[in-house]
Amino acid sequence: MSTEEQTLEERVREIIIKQVGGNNEQVTNETSFVNDLGADSLDTVELVMEFEDAFDMNIPDEDAEKIQTVGDAIKYIKEHIQK
Amino acid sequence: MGARVVVTGLGVITPLGQSKDQLWTSLCNGKSGVSRITAFDTTDHEVLIAGEVKDFEPGKWFDKKLERRLDRFAQFALASSILAVEDSGIDFDKTDRNKAGAIIGTGIGGILEIEAQHTVLLQKGPSRVSPFMIPKLMANAAPAHIAIKFGIHAANFSVITACASGAHAIVEAVRVIQKGEANVMIAGGTEATISSLCVSAFNNMKALSTRNDNPHSASRPFDKDRDGFVISEGAGIIILEELEMAKKRNAYIYAEVLGFAMSDDAYHIAAPHPNGEGAYVAMKNALKESKLNPEQISYINAHATSTPMGDEVEVDTIKRVFDGNIKNLSISSTKSMLGHSLGAAGGIETAICALIIDNNVMPPTINYETPDPNCNGVDFVPNEAKEKKIQNVMSNSFGFGGHNVSIVLGKFR
Repeated sequence: MSTEEQTLEERVREIIIKQVGGNNEQVTNETSFVNDLGADSLDTVELVMEFEDAFDMNIPDEDAEKIQTVGDAIKYIKEHIQK
Repeated sequence: MGARVVVTGLGVITPLGQSKDQLWTSLCNGKSGVSRITAFDTTDHEVLIAGEVKDFEPGKWFDKKLERRLDRFAQFALASSILAVEDSGIDFDKTDRNKAGAIIGTGIGGILEIEAQHTVLLQKGPSRVSPFMIPKLMANAAPAHIAIKFGIHAANFSVITACASGAHAIVEAVRVIQKGEANVMIAGGTEATISSLCVSAFNNMKALSTRNDNPHSASRPFDKDRDGFVISEGAGIIILEELEMAKKRNAYIYAEVLGFAMSDDAYHIAAPHPNGEGAYVAMKNALKESKLNPEQISYINAHATSTPMGDEVEVDTIKRVFDGNIKNLSISSTKSMLGHSLGAAGGIETAICALIIDNNVMPPTINYETPDPNCNGVDFVPNEAKEKKIQNVMSNSFGFGGHNVSIVLGKFR
């Protein structure tokens, strides 16, 4: 699990790399799950489930569809995470 | 009859080795692959032993992403297929991919994934069940991933007939080639069911050996003190090839498929017919199709799983089929060493039969100590491998449901 010092961005990136692939250099904020990391529809479903688990939040389907890049994910989670 | 079909590649993942050479050496040395279960916590379990594939390293075969998408049974199948294709020397870039296919048998499919996701459902709720569960657990995931791996487009499906699955898959693959639909088929069986749920269920059927104190001696086919089978896991995949193609590319030919037959006991869902009615039909018709007389079979790799009734019925039935011509016949059960890998067994044992023909050596039936007066009168190749000039062999596979398959392989001539 993540350490106290790990930032939200780092955790999001770590989950993406574990679930979809790539490495720290490849995965920038502009990286698209489908176009750059070769994710398919099931990968993205699972990825969203992982975010929900890791950040204890619920991401509705209509929001999940809009999360296409690493940056999208970080922004969405920052805005919706329970303070 | 159609094209002649030969065996040109072997790939195995077993408790006694993750290559044909390792497996063959272990079998010829009479080693046992049975040990204490490490796959799950056996607290409260009556059965503590199994034939586990130890040190299987998915990372050696697949990238992380693919590994997570494959249940263990499909991992075994894909790894064995890679080995078999490599062994055959086939380069799919140089062959017609529309004339290559895969048929893989499995008794149960992805039960480990079902158990894991059911636990998720109970603990975390429906929204957390993996979207990969279905494509991971389905039995046909095994041949499907083989098609994806090699880019091969001909016939591709699974065969589900419990412990006869691997053998049925091979028979179907032979037929596809005989009909001219393909000239190369990747075929065999795979299984990964060493789980708390499966071991409990098999044990409650009174099917398993409980000889926990001495795992190596637990699987003892034909021996008077046999008390059930030892569950094991793995995969056995062979490359079947149309003879002319094999010749054209100078392939190494292990053996030729001379014939086969299938039948059903039509008697009981989980017990053999007491007179071996179905098994008799399978063996008899396999001989007929192979155009061989019984005395031309030098060796039978028996289904013999070490259950009191199954072994006895099989031996009686063999005697009946061979009608007294058993002087030159040897029978062994390699399950004495490997345990019973259910749907994988037919694939692994057909691969073993190809090696027997190739090497003129018969692996033994280990743990044969006390002859059983009700299951006797044939050479069981007791405890030590034996050299013998082998021309033709038969491999028997019988499954719950009363399914029977006999396959006859011969030296290529």
